[in-house]
Amino acid sequence: MVPAELRYAKSHEWAKMDGGTVTVGITAFAAEQLGDVVFLELPAVGESVEAGTPFGVVESVKAAVDLNSPVSGEVIEVNDDLTEDMELLGKDSYGSAWMIKVKTAGDADFQSLMSADEYEKFLEAEEKH
Amino acid sequence: MKLIFEKSVPGRRAYRPADNDIDAPARIPKNFLRDRPADLPELSELDVVRHFTELSNRNFGVDTGFYPLGSCTMKYNPKVTERISHYPGFVHLHPLLPQLPGGEMLVQGALAVLHDTDMMLREICGMAAFTMQPLAGAHGELTGSMIIAAYHADKGNDKTTILIPDSSHGTNPASAATAGYDVQTVPSDDTGVMDIDALAEVMNDKVAAVMLTCPNTLGLFNPRIKEICKMAHDVDALVYYDGANLNALLGRCRPGDIGFDLVHVNLHKTFATPHGGGGPGAGPVGVCEKLIPFLPTSVIADKPDGSYWLDYDRPKSIGYIAPFYGNFAVILKAYIYTLMLGTDGLERVSENAVLNANYVKEKLKAHFDLPFGQTCKHEFVLSASRQAKNGVRALDIAKALIDRGFHPPTVYFPLIVHEAMMIEPTETESKETLDTFIAAMIEIAELAQSNPEELTGCPRTTPVGRLDETLAARKPDLASLE
Repeated sequence: MVPAELRYAKSHEWAKMDGGTVTVGITAFAAEQLGDVVFLELPAVGESVEAGTPFGVVESVKAAVDLNSPVSGEVIEVNDDLTEDMELLGKDSYGSAWMIKVKTAGDADFQSLMSADEYEKFLEAEEKH
Repeated sequence: MKLIFEKSVPGRRAYRPADNDIDAPARIPKNFLRDRPADLPELSELDVVRHFTELSNRNFGVDTGFYPLGSCTMKYNPKVTERISHYPGFVHLHPLLPQLPGGEMLVQGALAVLHDTDMMLREICGMAAFTMQPLAGAHGELTGSMIIAAYHADKGNDKTTILIPDSSHGTNPASAATAGYDVQTVPSDDTGVMDIDALAEVMNDKVAAVMLTCPNTLGLFNPRIKEICKMAHDVDALVYYDGANLNALLGRCRPGDIGFDLVHVNLHKTFATPHGGGGPGAGPVGVCEKLIPFLPTSVIADKPDGSYWLDYDRPKSIGYIAPFYGNFAVILKAYIYTLMLGTDGLERVSENAVLNANYVKEKLKAHFDLPFGQTCKHEFVLSASRQAKNGVRALDIAKALIDRGFHPPTVYFPLIVHEAMMIEPTETESKETLDTFIAAMIEIAELAQSNPEELTGCPRTTPVGRLDETLAARKPDLASLE
């Protein structure tokens, strides 16, 4: 089950809107697929990010993948605790394992993301492979 | 097993030079002398021989057992190529000789090897010319990407992007990015090959090239490959052939005839030279006619009298990409292998490589998930998704195979298949070996149902058991001297 109040990108990031601020992380499915994460590169506060383009890199014992920003805007906060304790990604994907908070102008990017229902259907289709 | 440093006994020696009884002042300037003796292990010759013999016994290679590491083409490396490449006439050549005035006449044999390997690869791949210099597959990709950039710069084309399918080898996007291009990933369709509609959406004037592995990492040949080449050529983009999987096509079809503009060949895979821990690679790059001016310097040219020389006068060349002329001994072994097999032999290579892969695939498809079930080429990808539901993942199956005397297949690649196991048997394995491997895989699949814990504890027969890869990556403790 994925949290109903969040929105989701096809590259398995979640986004949570709170006023003009969007919190971004990766889904439990993504964390499960990656396995044990060994390296995480997040942007610095003040950097700008663009919807659909990489804002960081996550590397596990199995793979190295880009983290794509679900929204455009400016990074106003980075979760330094996560880079210290990467096991949080598998334990609390939608909570303490958030990655960045982005100040956005407007919510067009956010609204174009998948709802929880849509993301679950998307995962079922992915599972077939 | 102890490290060789732990076996060290102060004062013990393998060899004692005669005492120095000449009273001559040391001629080494003081600033080059050590402050303290080098921290080297002190052992007898027998200690050293036993140490390294024991280490070698713990190694696993193609000479030890079956090694179905997908996309690596771990075929047998015939020993005759080793013997010939050790001939003193080759081993004792100095690489600077052909660059000295008149020196090229002293190395005509070596230049002929480079020249003739180039000619044979042209015939096999359907390309206009090769550079033998790239030292590995990824080095070939980078060389190719630089040639692509040089071509577009020469024509005044404004190109920014290289398109790469999501099933590509990880080195493809890395090579394109290193050459300064943006990388755009193109998804696969339901049949496991590049989605041609998705390609059409991103194909535009900014595209410098499309980089493809063919057959791809699922072992599938794209039936619409000619259309893809045409779509690229229509916007003056070049099409690059990653030759890692050329073993499937030898003597059957040629990248140049399909429409590819550049190709690299992994001599250490397709042409049976040792690799992995066994030796360096070689990744010669072949190009179509219009790209010849951009090949690296130097190129081997021939004179009217049939002798060879090195041509350095190439104003449009991308320049030097390797010291001297590439990994000469590797090229030499590939040359011997190709001559030894001949046209008929090379055709049998691809035929048996494809037959072996399909045989293993058909025998295993009832026991593991097979996401793409069509006839494969030289390799195929199983998924351990079914076993993962019982807690047995691709990694556990890989470790269990070690206990059964096999090198594991490539796991968790390509990324588009969950719990992927990528199996490439190669043509050099007998049916008996394949049957033993199939039986082991079926036994493991059955254990995954009946006794999954048995598998998650593997390997048990090796000097060390399951290593903590996560801890090793998070907190690397690299052995080094103080």
